Amino acid sequence: MQNAVLDGGLADPARDAAFAFRAALDALSRPGTIRQIEGATAPAPCSAAAATLIVTLCDPTTPLYVAPSHDTEALRDWITFQTGAPFAAAKDAVFAIGTWDALAPLGAYAVGTPAYPDRAATLIVEMPTLDAEGAVLTGPGIKDTAHLNLPEVAAFQANRAQFPLGLDFFFTCGARVAGLPRSTRVTEG
Amino acid sequence: MTDQAYNFAYLDEQTKRMIRRAILKGVAVPGYQVPFASREMPMPYGWGTGGVQVSAACLTPDDTLKVIDQGADDTTNAVSIRKFFEKTAQVAVTEKTGEATVIQTRHRIPEETLTEDQILVYQVPIPEPLRFLEPSEVETRKMHSLEEYGLMYVKLYEDISRHGEIATAYAYPVRVEDRYVMDPSPIPKFDNPKMEGAALQLFGAGREQRIYAVPPYTKVVSLDFEDHPFDPSKAPHPCALCGAEDSYLDEVITDDQGGRMFVCSDTDFCGSRRAAGFTGEMSGAQDTHLGAVGE
Repeated sequence: MQNAVLDGGLADPARDAAFAFRAALDALSRPGTIRQIEGATAPAPCSAAAATLIVTLCDPTTPLYVAPSHDTEALRDWITFQTGAPFAAAKDAVFAIGTWDALAPLGAYAVGTPAYPDRAATLIVEMPTLDAEGAVLTGPGIKDTAHLNLPEVAAFQANRAQFPLGLDFFFTCGARVAGLPRSTRVTEG
Repeated sequence: MTDQAYNFAYLDEQTKRMIRRAILKGVAVPGYQVPFASREMPMPYGWGTGGVQVSAACLTPDDTLKVIDQGADDTTNAVSIRKFFEKTAQVAVTEKTGEATVIQTRHRIPEETLTEDQILVYQVPIPEPLRFLEPSEVETRKMHSLEEYGLMYVKLYEDISRHGEIATAYAYPVRVEDRYVMDPSPIPKFDNPKMEGAALQLFGAGREQRIYAVPPYTKVVSLDFEDHPFDPSKAPHPCALCGAEDSYLDEVITDDQGGRMFVCSDTDFCGSRRAAGFTGEMSGAQDTHLGAVGE
């Protein structure tokens, strides 16, 4: 029996999530590198990479904002069944999912507090393409420079300017993921 | 009870998700201590419960795990943690630094240069570098948020005024990416320069419930003064077994007559060198009575 809501979770949750987390950890600790991440399948328009990130990182303790680009009943039901994550407005979200345009404005999300900079949102940005070219990245995790086809540059420069506060990003396309923590400095490629 | 009675890598999935989220935030803000809901582990606090939880959250079935305690693979703490993950995560284990993908360590960084494919997990007793200067968590948190690290420099200065040099020999404070002052865990200051490297470094403090991280190629500067620069000193001896001049040495008392020897703290490094034919002044000593050599 096929059921879009009940199906599509991780086949072997503990091991699949372990592989998925390592891909995400690798992506975030080495900005600009693109990793394979798969295992979960969510209803359209959610990519396999974004679906796998959600089931690996979200649970009933992490409010999730679903941006208009992804706000379908099928996807919401899938997320609820697979993770139990409550849905929230952007300002209360620990995670957010959507396309770059749909997630805007970035000012809506929590960037942490000076005492607790970890209390900041992580945005999962669905991308039409994901390539190691374009904007120039430097900072922690990057030996010299790295490249990533970011949707824009100014937003990430503004984000870096708030350091140690700020948002952290995963970019997803198909079954691939890249990461951009707030510590990365971004310039035009 | 069969080994399969445990979830993969012991912890339940919700706990691992919580730890994983803390690790990711730690990576995003290098050197900042992320609070996490540390669990009770089947070993006492002080035996590396923080490191074990970080390792459990990171391990995949494909990993090869190495565990060291003060550089040694064969001490009680290292053996028991290695066996723990062999049993609960069915991962491959090794004593070879070069073969490991995840290395959990207590108080040392391996001598062999780590690669991009490796994660170094530190066991941390007291994560807060300012704790012995300011007992209040509220205050130290404020000091970090305001980048108020003057007190740490005063402490190092008092070392100089009292001893003529910075006397802090281990857990030597570092500044990460020009922002957070961080406790590198009680590694000897000899190891501090190795923190700028290709491997991801994760720190877990179980009792104190903190996780922090140093991503690869992150700037890590040991605090010092212009006229008293940081000195990663070591005992002025070669290893008595393998002759290495550039490794961190343990002093081993060999008798009650003042006899002693200096040997590599990193057992894999020392063993590999000896297997490759390097010798030290006491290389043949294992066959005889050690005490006779120390005179």
